[in-house]
Amino acid sequence: MGDILGLVGKRLGLGLVILLIISVIIFFMVELLPGDIAEAVLGQGATKENLAAMREQMGLNQPAIWRYLQWLGGALTLDFGSSIVTQEPVMSVIGARFANTLFLAAYAAVIAVPFAIILGVIVALLRNTVFDRVANVLTLTSISSPEFFLGYILILFFSVKWGMFPAIASLSEGMSFADLLERTFLPALTLVLVVVAHMMRMTRAAIINLLASPYIEMARLKGAPPWKVIVKHALPNAWAPIINVVALNLAYLITGVVLVEVVFVYPGVGQALVDAVSKRDFPVVQACCLIFAATFILLNLAADVGAILTNPRLRHPK
Amino acid sequence: MTKVKDQMMIDTLAQAAREGTISRRSFMHYSMAAGMTATAATGLWTTKAQAEPKRGGTFRIAQHDGNTGDSHDPGLYESNAEILNAHTHRAFLTMINTDGTLGPDVASEWSATADASEWTFKLNPKATFHSGGKVTAEDVVASMNFHRGDATTSAAKALLASVTDIVADDEHTVTFKMDAGNADLPWLMTDYHLVILPRNDDGTANWQSGDGCGPYVLKDWKPGVSASFTRHEDWHGEGAYFDAVEVTYINDPNARQTALVTGDVDATSLLENKTMSLLMRQPDVDIINIPSAQAITMPMFCDQAPFDNVDVRKALKLSMNREELVEKIAFGAATVGNDFHHSPAMPYWPEGIEQTQYDPDQAKSLLKKAGMENLSVSFSTADSITAGAVDLAILYSEQAKASGIDIKAVREPNDGYYSDVWLKKPWCMVVWGARPTPDVMYSLAYKDDAAWNESHWQNEEFNKLLLQAKAELDDSLRAEMYRDMAILAKDDGGTIIPFFPNFVYGIRKNVGTTGEYAASWHMDGYRAASRWWFNA
Repeated sequence: MGDILGLVGKRLGLGLVILLIISVIIFFMVELLPGDIAEAVLGQGATKENLAAMREQMGLNQPAIWRYLQWLGGALTLDFGSSIVTQEPVMSVIGARFANTLFLAAYAAVIAVPFAIILGVIVALLRNTVFDRVANVLTLTSISSPEFFLGYILILFFSVKWGMFPAIASLSEGMSFADLLERTFLPALTLVLVVVAHMMRMTRAAIINLLASPYIEMARLKGAPPWKVIVKHALPNAWAPIINVVALNLAYLITGVVLVEVVFVYPGVGQALVDAVSKRDFPVVQACCLIFAATFILLNLAADVGAILTNPRLRHPK
Repeated sequence: MTKVKDQMMIDTLAQAAREGTISRRSFMHYSMAAGMTATAATGLWTTKAQAEPKRGGTFRIAQHDGNTGDSHDPGLYESNAEILNAHTHRAFLTMINTDGTLGPDVASEWSATADASEWTFKLNPKATFHSGGKVTAEDVVASMNFHRGDATTSAAKALLASVTDIVADDEHTVTFKMDAGNADLPWLMTDYHLVILPRNDDGTANWQSGDGCGPYVLKDWKPGVSASFTRHEDWHGEGAYFDAVEVTYINDPNARQTALVTGDVDATSLLENKTMSLLMRQPDVDIINIPSAQAITMPMFCDQAPFDNVDVRKALKLSMNREELVEKIAFGAATVGNDFHHSPAMPYWPEGIEQTQYDPDQAKSLLKKAGMENLSVSFSTADSITAGAVDLAILYSEQAKASGIDIKAVREPNDGYYSDVWLKKPWCMVVWGARPTPDVMYSLAYKDDAAWNESHWQNEEFNKLLLQAKAELDDSLRAEMYRDMAILAKDDGGTIIPFFPNFVYGIRKNVGTTGEYAASWHMDGYRAASRWWFNA
């Protein structure tokens, strides 16, 4: 057990180092851009005097290293400074939107992950049958189509033709949880369609890969039914690659949903990031990038730890 | 016998009008065919035919151009979302009516001195702020001064540049003093920046609170996401039939369209012209297509070769097939331009000026006269200017080939177009928002010393007339001057105006309207919330 804690600790430490490196890149990339934040704020009305005053006020005259440390210190307490455009703290601009994004990602994940894995097991069991082929073709089609296209197709059938679900996922205050689930069903379903194929095919491949192993042969010879061979004998050894793919897809659900947000008018963080980039709102862009990076690192860390926990050989290294 | 038949027809017409299946124009046409006089038909349209407005309901709008960075600062109003806000929870001194005339808002009447250099506005004593206080002359002074002076950051500063002083004569009377006559001042007061704000104790205007004296009270606003309003029960105007208004900012045109078709919203701003005809087939949806004073312009630097030669300018104007551009680029939803920046949706529109037609032969002979038979010019454009902007340039370049002109359409980057291309390159494409009067438009972009004189056009007579017309209070004399100016711009000016794009937006069939729509902005001059109602 102590070994595992040590391992996790080591991974966590590595993750932090990577995050630190990324924060350096994010901060100094903005520094590399021509002009500075003061010029961006004042725009065409900038004169020498008010530029100087603005730089003084924003502390831009201090050395970059010192400003970086201050920014990093703030970031640790989730204080990313103020938005250039609205003058409000960055967290109040993106906080609620980030929560919305997390909710949608969780909603999609709760459906997609079990569905993909169960489907993967079933197609591995029924490999090379019609069912296997059909499932593969359908999921590959959905992953190959752009998200906005899938979104429009779902809207066309579920909202325009059948009127089952609302076409826009705008949220309002005091919505009940059931309403919320109904409103956000179509964007969640779009995301499910986008991520299922990857996870399902990895599950299928990982299991089929193991089916040629001697110990599976052994299980079959002792008379275990095919589903038991797969679920009890093959799956436990197949977890590591599956978990890795699941983690990658979860990260995608959080950071890659801008198009889905636009199509369904969902107030997530992706749209805010796009707005911030077009308005040169650096503090918001920096905060979003850092949060996205942290999400990626955390999920990858979780995947590594998960893979270790499910593999006795890694759990007890010699 | 015919009388009975006519009466039946009139009843049928009235029924059709109530259901909205007939336009005002067709109604007038058929009513008069049924033996009614024009006055009687108009009366019938307004009293009997037009459905009684009903109170109640929550009006849901899908609005384009909503941004996370939108603000309550009226000096920084720029996006359509902000302009919709301005007309919903705030009010102005005057407003543009649905028929394009000028009407009262917070000011109930106004008058000028004979030289139009001093305007006095009487305020409506019923006007109150949402926070409770009466709207006084002092509030108006503070609201206007917010856009004046050296320290202001307001985009409306230039608009009020000729105003030297604004004084409160008594609680309900305000006087604007100007350094020169300006007959258009009451029209300027409809500008979307010039909202009436409550006054702080120190005499400044309080815009931060979001308080206003408009038809609806702003309850909740998440910039770039949504806004919700409830009726201001003490509003000074007529209308505001909806109990509440909910705005969802939807920047994706497809999503706006879907929301309208599925009934997730009752109305949507800005629909795409290319899907207009498909949407019209939807049984529950009405498309509103209103000629506007927005314009696509193509200014050429008149002080730079080859555009310094009036024959070249004329030849380029003659080499454009405007009807084809309207049909293929704007999908019919535009008014053909005639190279003077005065649209039929503006007051003092000069009727009957000869339309410049596509005439490659005449263009050729003009070029021959100028000695530039193999004219080759570059024309800058960018995607972001308007839907189909680059296609427009390419189609025009094809049309001009018939006159032997080689127009190289240059596609510039969207980013920084208005800082790096506009006013810098000798010939480019520009989009202008609607301005209320020809004077505002000409003073802004055609006057000899205007900072935005985008074609560098210097015409002494035009500029003389511009100043004369500005201070002229006699409408018919003014109209005459604007006609002369239009002809000067058309024949000598450096700007080609292919067309004035329409406002195209949509409503659900259960939304009731007067059948007339202001041409100043989308959604009935962005006053849909206070002018429309639910039929059922």
